[in-house]
Formats: sequence, structure tokens, C-alpha cells
Amino acid sequence: MAAVELRGVRKSYGSGKNALEVIHGIDCSVADGEFIVLVGPSGCGKSTLLRMMAGLEEISAGEIAIGGRVVNQLEPKDRDVAMVFQNYALYPHMSVRENMAYGLKIRGVAAAEIATRVERAAAMLELAPYLDRRPRELSGGQRQRVAMGRAIVRNPQVFLFDEPLSNLDAKLRVQTRMELQKLHREFNTTSLYVTHDQVEAMTLGQRLIVMNAGVAEQIGAPMEVYAKPASTFVAGFIGSPAMNLLRGEAQGDRFVTTATSAAIALATPAPPLSIHLPVPAPRDGPLVLGLRPEHLVPASAGAARFGFAVEMVESLGADSYAYGLGGGGTLIARVAAGTVPVVDEVLPLTFAAQHMHWFDAANGKRVA
Amino acid sequence: MVENRPGLNFFSHALLIIGVAVVAFPVYLTFVASTLTADQVLDAPMRLWPGSHLLENYAHVLQKGAGGAAPLSRLLFNSLISALVIAIGKIAISIISAYAIVYFRFPGRMFCFWLIFLTLMLPVEVRILPTYKVVADMGFLDSYVGLTLPLIASATATFLFRQFFLTIPDELLEAARIDGAGPLRFFWDVVLPLSVTNIAALFVILFIYGWNQYLWPLLITTQENMYTAVIGMRRMMSGGDAATEWNLVMTTAMLTMLPPAIVVILMQRWFVKGLVDSEK
Amino acid sequence: MEKRVIFKNWWLPLLLVAPQLAVTLVFFVWPASQALYGSLFVEDAFGTSSEFVGVQNFLGLFNDGYYAHSFGITVLFSVAVAGLGLGVSLLLAVFADRVIRGARLYQTLLIWPYAVAPAIAGVLWMFMFDPSVGVAAWALKRMGVNWNHLLNGHQAMALVVFAAAWKQVSYNFIFFLAGLTAIPKSLIEAAAIDGAGPARRFFDIVFPLLTPTTFFLLVVNIIYAFFDTFGVIDAVTQGGPAKATEVLVFKIFQDGFKGQDYGGAAAQSVILMLIVVALTVAQFRYVEKKVNY
Repeated sequence: MAAVELRGVRKSYGSGKNALEVIHGIDCSVADGEFIVLVGPSGCGKSTLLRMMAGLEEISAGEIAIGGRVVNQLEPKDRDVAMVFQNYALYPHMSVRENMAYGLKIRGVAAAEIATRVERAAAMLELAPYLDRRPRELSGGQRQRVAMGRAIVRNPQVFLFDEPLSNLDAKLRVQTRMELQKLHREFNTTSLYVTHDQVEAMTLGQRLIVMNAGVAEQIGAPMEVYAKPASTFVAGFIGSPAMNLLRGEAQGDRFVTTATSAAIALATPAPPLSIHLPVPAPRDGPLVLGLRPEHLVPASAGAARFGFAVEMVESLGADSYAYGLGGGGTLIARVAAGTVPVVDEVLPLTFAAQHMHWFDAANGKRVA
Repeated sequence: MVENRPGLNFFSHALLIIGVAVVAFPVYLTFVASTLTADQVLDAPMRLWPGSHLLENYAHVLQKGAGGAAPLSRLLFNSLISALVIAIGKIAISIISAYAIVYFRFPGRMFCFWLIFLTLMLPVEVRILPTYKVVADMGFLDSYVGLTLPLIASATATFLFRQFFLTIPDELLEAARIDGAGPLRFFWDVVLPLSVTNIAALFVILFIYGWNQYLWPLLITTQENMYTAVIGMRRMMSGGDAATEWNLVMTTAMLTMLPPAIVVILMQRWFVKGLVDSEK
Repeated sequence: MEKRVIFKNWWLPLLLVAPQLAVTLVFFVWPASQALYGSLFVEDAFGTSSEFVGVQNFLGLFNDGYYAHSFGITVLFSVAVAGLGLGVSLLLAVFADRVIRGARLYQTLLIWPYAVAPAIAGVLWMFMFDPSVGVAAWALKRMGVNWNHLLNGHQAMALVVFAAAWKQVSYNFIFFLAGLTAIPKSLIEAAAIDGAGPARRFFDIVFPLLTPTTFFLLVVNIIYAFFDTFGVIDAVTQGGPAKATEVLVFKIFQDGFKGQDYGGAAAQSVILMLIVVALTVAQFRYVEKKVNY
């Protein structure tokens, strides 16, 4: 087990003038035994970063250290890491047992030792009855567990997971997620986990690295990231449905939003674009106001901070999401199941002071 | 089929049976001739049912040969050696060069690729004379090396393996690298076992290719005990029409056809797959 | 198409391609360049001296009536072998594809001639049609046809065509059957619902969809007829009677090995090489064509 250090890690393809940088310098310290999730939309560079840690991609600049040892020039096999791939990458011609034993065999581990380790991992993953089967005779979930077993038997310093659950169906994904958490509690091995699914990220990670376009937008514990997103990108990416983001001009306790929705711009009479804030904005001038759907609460007409023209309602049982126009843009509000709003109704909404998120209008960074 | 037409079905089977019969007839005739005496064959029209000299003819040809040639057992052995060396050699050098071309970037990679591709355009028939000279200068006439080595390069096999390797998921190599396998280890433990079906299919095709070689062994073998079976049979008939011992020639033909035919029929599944795949 | 993930090592791959490269250079590229080089020279009968003559050898071929004749013979032979081989095998494959039960069995019964060496195929057919002992020749004589391919050039040609096409039927059959099996049954069923009968369906749907296979096989069969049938010709007719079956490959062999005309044979080899190149290009076009379907 080991800590992992990323220091100014960059990746670019090509060289000279044609060089295309895809990772723009990432710094992060992963503590020994920590479970870190790299999360971001596809193409943000999260898989590339993981593969650089594994040694499958060259590091263009910066350093990666595992257990205090800089591994930039080391072959994957010498880094003492194990990886679980999205498509599992099981050797199709080998049995489950052989698949799990292969890495140990190459490393010259004694046969008896290999057998005990494989048996132990198989028992833990409930794979014991399938040890002599070929991967194609297994279900997706079982294959996934074999891939994990292959990583476990190696007893490496670091586990690397590259979207390991994305090929499973929804129910199995939830179940495997819990198994992963259990495994991590048991082994306490430093783990880095790549996913594009923010639910997976929130539930699995002790800390998240939220990535966008080759940059780590925010590094922090899931609830911290949720409660205090560092940028509009993080605000929009973490949380489902996404945070409402309203552009506008702040002036004391008034926030005049810009009509960003064509529907609002065309509506006659134009809906009021002004929002009455519970406390003044951190500064005057152009800002972005973020409000999570769950923090928008129906109010009495007198206490309303803005009106919300409901266009569509999705009822999910426990609660409902109302989609509509308000404050200069398209908004989503979560309403309790008991108070299902009517379409075309104008709903007076309010929100609390501590639920406002303020971002710089120019660079999207958090202001307060 | 879409609709059930008993008449058409009957007609289909009848036509296919006729087709099979026409295709098989020359071989049946050969078999019949191989069971007769020389005089019985010459007695036109030759009878169309087998005679009683089967064992006698086969034993004679295998042990003593016919038309002054070496015993057929020796020639069949030569054919077997050539076919095996050609088939295994072609597969071996093709699979490793395909592996190099797919899994590495090295100086001259594309050059190698095109050079191998070029051999597709140079069948032995168009370069017989100079190739003969090269082999003669190397002193390989009348030798197994001369019979096999010049035929051992194979663009088709290399392309088939290349095509197949490209379908092996990249993640398998990555997993192997993390497991600690180097290039040779990955080849031996993963690529080779995964290629077994392709190898089997190619083996059938190349074994037949090697066994049936004609022009090349005809040129470079002059000693009777270095003839392949096909050449031996051909040489038996050069004594002029009257002197041809048809029953023994036909016995030789039967015995020479048998090994590759058995290989094709026993390995039909791989053979058909291999043929169809190799042309993709 | 290229692999994204590769090994970093430069000497191992060179070691791995070395055997293939060595064989290719020594036995393919070097002799081929020798043929090219030799085609520009004339050697005397003893091989002691050679004289540079430029394109003289090629001009000699164009003015040589026998060469033009051999060319014509080769074209006729190839077209006949390809036509007969493709026609018969397509017919058999279509009916084998029709019968639900037994298609596999018929395939097994039809594929083994692939294993027969061309020279042996030639001997088998020669034996059947031998003017004095052949069963078929005897039957033809009974029907009033005086069969003697040793004297009659047309009959000799027909015989080598039969022998060469016979051997190729199995190869074509395998590809046609595979091609037919690959046609979605739903298309046939849709046509049947539209009211097309079996024959109509074949010409309107099956045959057009089979075009890539047919084109590919056409090229393969022509290459086969050009080069792989040397054994058939040599065993059955030796190019005779009176050069009636002397195809190009056989002529190179005759002129080069028997006639000792190295320059002329080399020039013929070069022309043949060009033909192979053209056919190979055509064959690779097929691959693209197939992608378009």
C-alpha cells in the first residue's frame, strides 16, 4: 500500500507546433489507503490520467510517484499496480483460475502460494464454483468480479479502476458498487477509480477529482464538492438534476437576470427577470447565481423571490421535478410529492440565503 | 426455404446428387483401375466395378514403385516432409512477422509490409528460371531445403494473421503488461493460443499447397528418390502411351490424393473457415 | 488500421520479420529483378556471354506469332475454366442452399477435389478420355464422336478445361455457399411475400447480392487458370497438339528450360508479372467493393 503523488502531470500528443496538450498540469496527493474517484464527462482526460499512472501512457511532463518512488520511467509491471478495465480484458482462452493466476505466475510466485491466493480471492468474490470456466461462460457481473479478483490476488500497492461498472445493467451496478466499498474497507488499498457517472463518484469516493478538458476543476470530499462547487462546471456536473445557473447583474439584494432562454425573450408580457435576494450578493456586477433544484421551495405569493412558469412535471414517486421558465432561464425545481404543481401555473418560489452559490460571470470560478 | 414445394426439393436433391456423381466419377474410375491388372485396364471399355487386385497393386507401388521410379512409400514420405515443412514454416514465419508488424513500430516497418505484399504478385511460375538459378547456385537441388525453403514466404498467411491480430482488443495487451508480460511472453501466452483456429485453417490450406506443388519440384529434383509423389506419378507416364501401366499409375494417383483429401475432410470446418477468412 | 497500444522495442520486431524478409529477398525479389534484368539481354547458346539488347526481347515477342497465339490460347483457356467452374459451382451452391437438410453433407462430398493436385486432376481426366483405354472416349466413339485429344487441338483444349475446372468447382462452391448463406433470409421472405417465385427471386435478389463474391471468384479463377494449371497442361497435353494448349506459363517453361532462350523467357516472365499485378489490384478492389455493399 502506498500514497500516490501527482506533481504537475501533463500529457500531450505529437510534438513541436502540432503538439496537442490534453492534460494541463494536475497536482494531487492521494493518501495511503484512500479511495479517489476521477470523474468528468467523456474526453476530459480522466482515463488518460489513470493510464499514465498505470504506465500505459507516457507522461509528457511532471511526475507521478507511487509510495514515494517516481515511476515515470518504469514499465507497468514494475509499478506494482493492478488495473480493472471497462471491458474486463480477461484472457479468453484461460480459465478463471488461470486469468487470476497469470500475473503471479509471471512474477514467479510459487504454485502453492498462487493457489491459496486465488482460492481466497475466489471465495471472497463468490467465484469459487466458476474457477475452471472460461470467461465467455460467465455473466457480465461474474466477469467483472474475475477482473477484480485478478487485481486482488496481486495484492498491489494501488488499484486502478477504469469505468469498471459501465458495462453492467443498473441493478448489478448498484450491487457491485456496494461490493467495491466492502472490498475497500477490507483491504484498505489505495484506489483510483475513473467514472463519468456522478452517482458512482458520490457514493464510492472518499475524495473526488472533478475533471474537465484536461484540468482538475476541484478536488475534495463528495459532500464538500456538492456543497461548495468550485466552478460552474462542477456545479453543473455534480448533483442530479443539475444545479440551475442564472446569469445576471447583481445590485445589492436585487439580481436582474439576463434572458438566456429564447422562450422568455419572446414571451409577452415579459416575465419579471428580477430576483429578490435574501441577503445581498457578495459583490455588485455580472455574476452567475447557482440554485440547486432541491433548494427551490414553493412560497406564498407574498414571500416569493421569483415566479416560475411550470411547463412540464416529472413525477418520480417520492418527489417530482418541475421544469419551466423563471428568472431569465430554464429552471428545474424539486417539489414534494404532495404538492404536484399544475402545468401552466405560475409557481411562486423562494430559497434560503445559505443555498445561494455565486460564480464569476467571466471565468466561472466560485465567488462565494 | 420460404415455401414448401416438394417437386422443387426433389429436383434440388436430384441435381445435387448428379453433381456429386459427376465430380466423383473420375476418382471412382481411378479407384476401379487401381484394382485391376494392366491388361484388364487396356481391355476397352474398361469394366466399371472394382476388381480383385487392390492389395497387390497398392503393395507393388508402395514397395517397388512403377515405371522405373523409386518406391512410392519413399515419394509419399518426401511429399509429407515437404508439405509439413512448407505449411509449418509458412505459418511460423508469417505469424511472427505479422506480430512484429502489428505490435511494434520499428524503422522500415512499412517497407517490410510492402515487401511481403509484393510476394503476392510474384508467383513461382513467373520467376522460375532465376529462382532455379539461385537455388542451384546455393547447391540446394535435390534436397528438402531446395524443395521447401523457396516456397516458404507467404503474404496471404501474413495478412490473415495481421487481420486477426488487429481484432484482439488492446486492453488484453494492457492487462498483460500490467501482469508483467513482455512481448515474447504475450505472444506465447496470449496471441498464440488465441490464433489456434486460424493456424489450423491455414495449416490445411498450406499443407495441400505444399503437397500439390508441381512445377517447382519438377525442376529441382532429378534423382528419383527425391521426387515428390505428384512428380513421381507424372514421371511414370512419360514412357509413351503403350508402355503406361495404367493400373499402377492409377494406384499411385489414389495414394497421392488420399493424404490431402483426408486432411480436408477431417478438418473441413477449419478449412472452410480458413478459406473464406483468408480472402477478406 | 493500426494498433493503439504497442511494445517499445526496435530490435525484436526486426528479428521477427527477418526470416520472412530473408526468404522474400532471396527467392522472390532477387529472382524477379533478375528476370527483369535478363529480359533486356540476349545470351548465347552456351551461356558464356550476353549482350544488352534493350527492349528487343519484348519487340521480338510482339512480332512472334507463337506468342500472340499463346496469349490467345491463355485467354480462351482462362475464360472457359472460369466460366465452366463458376457456372457449375453456382448452380450446385444455389440448390445446396435450397435444401435444408443435407447442405453440409453435399459440401463434404464436393470439397475434396480441392485437395487433388492439378497434375493428378489432369491424369484422372486424361485416363477417362484416353483414346485407346478411356471409358469416356469409348462412350463418345459409340455416339459417333471420334475423340482423340492427342491429335485434335480443340478436343485437347476441352479436356484441359474440364480437368482444370473440375478441380476448381469445390473452391468456388465453398465461397458461393458461404455467400448465399450470408444473404439475410428476411430479404428472400420479403420478396416471396411480394409475389416473386424462386427463379425470379434468384435473378432479382440473390444474384445481385452475390455480385461481390462472383467478382472475387472470377479474379481468383483467372489467376488460377493463368498460373496454377501448369500441372494440368504438362500432364495432359504438354502444350500440344501443335501448341493448341500452350498457355503462357507453359511457354515460358518451354522456351526457358527446353529452348534455352533465357532473354525471351525473361521478357515473357515480366509480362506475366504485369498481368499478375493487374489481377491483384483487381482483387483488392474487390475488398473495397465489398465494403460498399
